[in-house]
Amino acid sequence: MTTETVAPDGADSRAATGAGPEARRMDLLRFATAGSVDDGKSTLIGRLLYDTKSLFTDQLAAVEAVSAARGDEYTNLALLTDGLRAEREQGITIDVAYRYFATPRRKFIIADTPGHIQYTRNMVTGASTADLALILVDARKGLVEQSRRHAFLCSLLRVPHLVLCVNKMDLVDFSQEVFERIADEFTAFAAKLDVPDLTVVPVSALRGDNIVSRSENMPWYEGPSLLHHLERVHIASDRNLVDVRFPVQYVIRPQSTTVTDYRGYAGQVASGVLKPGDEVMVLPSGFTSRISAVETADGPVAEAFPPMSVTVRLEDEIDISRGDMICRPNNAPAVSQDIEAMVCWMDETRPLQVGGRYAIKHTTRSARAIVRGLHYRLDINSLHRDESAGELGLNEIGRVRLRTTVPLLADEYRRNRTTGGFVIIDESTNRTVGAGMIVEAQ
Amino acid sequence: MTAPAAYQVSHLDALEAESIFVMREVVAEMERPVLLFSGGKDSIVMLRLAQKAFAPANIPFPVMHVDTGHNFPEVLEYRDQRVAELGLQLVVASVPEALASGLVRESGDGMRNRIQTPVLLDAVEKHRFDALFGGARRDEEKARAKERVFSFRDEFGQWDPKNQRPELWALYNGRHHPGESIRVFPLSNWTELDVWHYIARERIALPSIYYAHEREVVERDGMLYAVNEFFRPRAGEDRFKARVRYRTVGDASCTAAVRSDADTVEKVIEEVAATRITERGATRGDDRVSEAAMEDRKREGYF
Ligand SMILES: Nc1nc2c(ncn2[C@@H]2O[C@H](COP(=O)(O)OP(=O)(O)O)[C@@H](O)[C@H]2O)c(=O)[nH]1
Repeated sequence: MTTETVAPDGADSRAATGAGPEARRMDLLRFATAGSVDDGKSTLIGRLLYDTKSLFTDQLAAVEAVSAARGDEYTNLALLTDGLRAEREQGITIDVAYRYFATPRRKFIIADTPGHIQYTRNMVTGASTADLALILVDARKGLVEQSRRHAFLCSLLRVPHLVLCVNKMDLVDFSQEVFERIADEFTAFAAKLDVPDLTVVPVSALRGDNIVSRSENMPWYEGPSLLHHLERVHIASDRNLVDVRFPVQYVIRPQSTTVTDYRGYAGQVASGVLKPGDEVMVLPSGFTSRISAVETADGPVAEAFPPMSVTVRLEDEIDISRGDMICRPNNAPAVSQDIEAMVCWMDETRPLQVGGRYAIKHTTRSARAIVRGLHYRLDINSLHRDESAGELGLNEIGRVRLRTTVPLLADEYRRNRTTGGFVIIDESTNRTVGAGMIVEAQ
Repeated sequence: MTAPAAYQVSHLDALEAESIFVMREVVAEMERPVLLFSGGKDSIVMLRLAQKAFAPANIPFPVMHVDTGHNFPEVLEYRDQRVAELGLQLVVASVPEALASGLVRESGDGMRNRIQTPVLLDAVEKHRFDALFGGARRDEEKARAKERVFSFRDEFGQWDPKNQRPELWALYNGRHHPGESIRVFPLSNWTELDVWHYIARERIALPSIYYAHEREVVERDGMLYAVNEFFRPRAGEDRFKARVRYRTVGDASCTAAVRSDADTVEKVIEEVAATRITERGATRGDDRVSEAAMEDRKREGYF
């Protein structure tokens, strides 16, 4: 992690990610893709994988063979990105798929979320871990209802960066006017949603315009190519380095004759920076102590910050267990059993109902909860609030009030995606049935 | 690790931190975890991550080897050496024993990939394991691209792609009823190249067959198979010597080698970075059977 010079972007990115120091300098960007059916999402992903040389000849050959057998006129790159036989037989995708590619600057993880019926559930899942979301529209059709929904879900999940790809520019004669109309309309809509960073790129996924390099067909476009933007978008400052939050995951106490009296609190830093000597408070007990060391298996570190997995040791022996949180005395999350949250319901079998009892997983803490109230259900197309709603069905989103059996150590989701998000689990089926984003904890 | 001024971590550090988090979640929440250790590079990397996750304590779970009886001797030797070094408990789920006891029967083609699954499930039941760490990665194969980090399996060990739990943030749901289990894939987000970079960075020793060496082979279906007691050339197949290495380590009767001069980790990285064929496509006769071979085996309870 020392600063080394970054290799210039070579055409042969796979080779460039080979041996050598630059490979260790790469960082990681996770992004989610969304688009309506036939907007060209599979083609775009296929193109990114192909142009960064992340596709393998046997994968390509398999797709070519299937395409030929089905009598497709062209090699259908969409086949590359829908995986399961059940899906191929029905010609649909049912689940989030993860894809990987790398350039000399970055490793990318794509959460490829299908645009079908269950897409809210899938998109929320893909967006929950995304640094960036890429929304596709067809230049001929412009914004459709789904594009607005996708943008809304990205803002609900607080994805820090949004990219709108206006695709199929080749079919509108690479028209600046068409592009600007769509870009303006989307920008106006995004402003209402409080989207922190928006970039709009005109592309042709099929022909490769503005994907890796700037297109000669659109000299009027002065922005970056899509890949250039993905490689350079600044994500380091998206992390919250201010509020120290260290959810204790596991207590390490070796049962050994060589290491005695060792007690360390293992976990992944959710936010903030932890250093030896820092005064800390442990919740929910409220006891205070000082950090004596921050350790990894490779030795002590001077500082720990997200997303590092470390072991924190304290100067005092206090009783700490999994689910507790280490923070700072003057900057702590709420300790609360009353939680106001936006909930996206993900279960097709039973709706969320007022009075319903569920299990909750929040950071490393588990609790049970009862739904005390449903303030409204949100129509995600019109953003209209339906206050008469009595339940939330599959893919519906609403504002809910929960009472938990034990206090949660909670922050607002808009301030902290790790300590503000939780999942709801059905205690009889053990299925994950909902995703919650904390709006307020008193 | 030195702390950089910009508070940035490299992609390898981010992947390592995520995998360590996953392993700690399992140990904190599940009752009887076990790590599937084949002596292959992915399971070796997993073992290193387990060491890091719980240091200075020992790895708090046993390892299990599903032994098809068709082993590369170099790999068995490596397995026993690692297990001894780390003071681990080793559980061997043995296909030859299961054949002898009648639990499974040899399949027509002699491949033991399919009959491995009941042997694995039998061992899981006997030891009441409720969480099984596997080294599978999502970049390996298209059925794997949709796999969860925590993959729920019913009491028959079966994977139902339509009945997987949504996985949000880093909130993994490991709840299950008695008899059900969770397969856990800490390397989900790693690629083959990430694994090799990590092996180089951590200076992890591997079984020698991962590096270029001379071997007597025959060519079948465009792949190079080593001649050994489990793989006999058919009439008309020519034996010849070639310089090869293995990209994956599986059953010695159906895992092929690739031509290679890469005899160091740096050279392997260069080769992997330049190669254009997936590791399974290049070396696994078992995945070539049909387009959905992996998906079908996963449904039956395979990894
Ligand atoms: N002309 C043109 N066609 C495209 C472009 N991108 C995708 N397509 C075509 O649009 C159709 C749908 O694309 P696909 O990638 O399968 O869409 P998906 O449903 O969003 O994954 C296919 O016939 C593609 O070849 C583009 O940029 N230009």
